[in-house]
Amino acid sequence: MNTMQFVLVILVALICGMASVMDERQFHRPIVACTLIGLVLGDLHTGIILGGSLELIALGWMNVGAAMAPDAALASTISAIIVIVGHQSIGEGIAIAVPLAAAGQVLTIFVRTIAVFFQHQADRYAAEANFRGIEWCHFGALLLQGLRVAIPTGAVAAIAGTSVVNQWLDSIPPVITHGLQVSGGFIVVVGYAMVINMMKARSLMPFFFIGFTLATFMTGINLVGLGILAACAAVVYVQLNPDFHDSIKAPAAATNVGTDDDDVLG
Amino acid sequence: MTELRKVEPLTKRDILSTYFRSTFMLGSFNFERMQAIGFCVTMIPAIKRFYHKKEDQAAALKRHLEFFNTTPWPASAIFGVTAAMEQKKAEGGDIDEAAITNVKIGLMGPLAGIGDPIYWGTARPILAALGASLALSGSILGPLLFFFGINIIRFLTRWYGFQVGYRQGTDIVQDVAGNRLKKLTQMASVLGLFVMGSLVSKWTSIKMPLVLVSYKQAGHVVNTSLQNILDSLLPGLVALLMTFACMWLLKRKVNAIYIIFGMFAIGILGYWAGIFGL
Repeated sequence: MNTMQFVLVILVALICGMASVMDERQFHRPIVACTLIGLVLGDLHTGIILGGSLELIALGWMNVGAAMAPDAALASTISAIIVIVGHQSIGEGIAIAVPLAAAGQVLTIFVRTIAVFFQHQADRYAAEANFRGIEWCHFGALLLQGLRVAIPTGAVAAIAGTSVVNQWLDSIPPVITHGLQVSGGFIVVVGYAMVINMMKARSLMPFFFIGFTLATFMTGINLVGLGILAACAAVVYVQLNPDFHDSIKAPAAATNVGTDDDDVLG
Repeated sequence: MTELRKVEPLTKRDILSTYFRSTFMLGSFNFERMQAIGFCVTMIPAIKRFYHKKEDQAAALKRHLEFFNTTPWPASAIFGVTAAMEQKKAEGGDIDEAAITNVKIGLMGPLAGIGDPIYWGTARPILAALGASLALSGSILGPLLFFFGINIIRFLTRWYGFQVGYRQGTDIVQDVAGNRLKKLTQMASVLGLFVMGSLVSKWTSIKMPLVLVSYKQAGHVVNTSLQNILDSLLPGLVALLMTFACMWLLKRKVNAIYIIFGMFAIGILGYWAGIFGL
C-alpha cells in the first residue's frame, strides 16, 4: 500500500463512518464500502465480491427507534483491507467482519454518548441565536463519528499485509475458520429476523410462507421473478382488502363531515 | 385580533438549503435527544427567513432542539409541515409553541410506523439482495444498482416529502392517518415479507452431512445423511427454524450481536462435531 492509497483508504473510512450514523447515502453498507476500498486498493473485483457476501449478512441490520444495528462500516473497511492486502480468503473476511461489527457498535455507542455534550452546547448557542454555533455542534459530532471508523481502519491499514498479521491469521486453527464459514451460510437469518420483527405484521405472515415455499420448490426462479410475484401479491392483497373499501365497510359513516374552515389543528 | 404580518415564504434557495441540511440530519445523533440538533440545523433556513428579531430566532432554535426521532427520509415531510407552521406563527397566526411541538411529536411515531417497513424493511433489503446477488459474481453492476437505486428513492422521498409537507401544512396529519399511506405500508409489508421468505430459502446454505443410517445394498454402501432426511421433508427447514429462533430472541430484546456470536458458536461446534459441513 503506497501513501496515496493509505490516504484514500482513510478518506473512504471517514465517509463510511459518517454514513453509518446518518444512514443517508448508504456509503456504510458493505456492498458500497468494500467496493470503494477495493477500488482504492486496486482490487475492485475482490472488493465487490466481499461486499456482496457481507451485504447478505448485514441485510437486515438497521437502526430502528433507539435500537442500534451492528456497525457495518467498520466491519466492511477493515475486513476489505485484510482480505485484499493480506491476501486472505473471502471466508476469512466474513469471519473477522462480525466481531468488528460488534466493536464498531461499541464505538458508536461511545460517540453517541459524547454527542450529548454537543447537544448541551447547542442549547447554549440557541439562547444566543448563534446559528453557526449550532451547525458546528452538529458537524463536529458527525466528524467524531467519521473518525471512529477512520482511526481504527488507518491503524489496520498500517499493519495489514505485514508478516506478523499474516502469521497471526494463519495461526487460527482450521476448525475455527471452517466453522465460521459454515455459520456464514446461515448467519443471514439474524438479519431476516430483524426485518420480519420490525414489520410488526403478524397477519401478513402467510406471505412470508408463500415466498419461502415458492423459492424452495420452484428451482430456477431468481430474485427478480420472486420480486414480481411479491409485487403482484401486494397489489392484489390491498385491492381485495375490505379495510380499504369505505363503500363496503360503513356506508352510514360516509356522510360529509363539515370541512372545518382552516382550523390548523383540525 | 392582531393583524397578520406579511411574511415572505421560503425561496427556492431556502428549500435547496433545507434539503441539503436534511441529508445530514442524523449526524449528531445522541442518546439524550437523538436527532434534535439535526432537526434544528435543518430548520435554520426557515427560521432565518421567517424571524428577524434575535429573541424570536432564539426561541425558534430552542423549540427545535427538543427530542426528535423518526425514520430519517420521510422526516422531510415533517420539516415541511414545521416550516409551514413556523411561517404561520411568524405571520402572527393563531399558533403557539406548543402546537408546533405537538404536531412534530404527533407525526414522529406514525411516520416511523410507515417509514420503517417501507424503507428499512422493503426497499433497502430488496435492493441490497439484488445488488449482492450480482456482486457475488464480481459484477460492478451490483454495487451500482444498490447505490443509485436506494439514493434515487431517498432523494425523491426527501424532496417531495418536504414539498408536500410545506404545501399542505397541518392538513398532512390526515394524510398520515389516512388510508393511502396505510395501503402503501401494507403493500410494502407484503412485498418485504414475501421476499424475506424466499431469501430464507434461497440465500442460506446449511449442509448437514452427518450420516445417520448406513447399509449395504448390492455391494454399494448407501448412506442416509441428516441432510437427505431433512430435504425429503422440507428443504430449508433448518434455516426456517433458525429464523424463528432469532425472531423469538430479538423479541426478548437480546442484542443482535450476541445472537450472531451464538450462531458462530453453533457453526464452529457443529462443524467440529461433524453435524455441519462446508
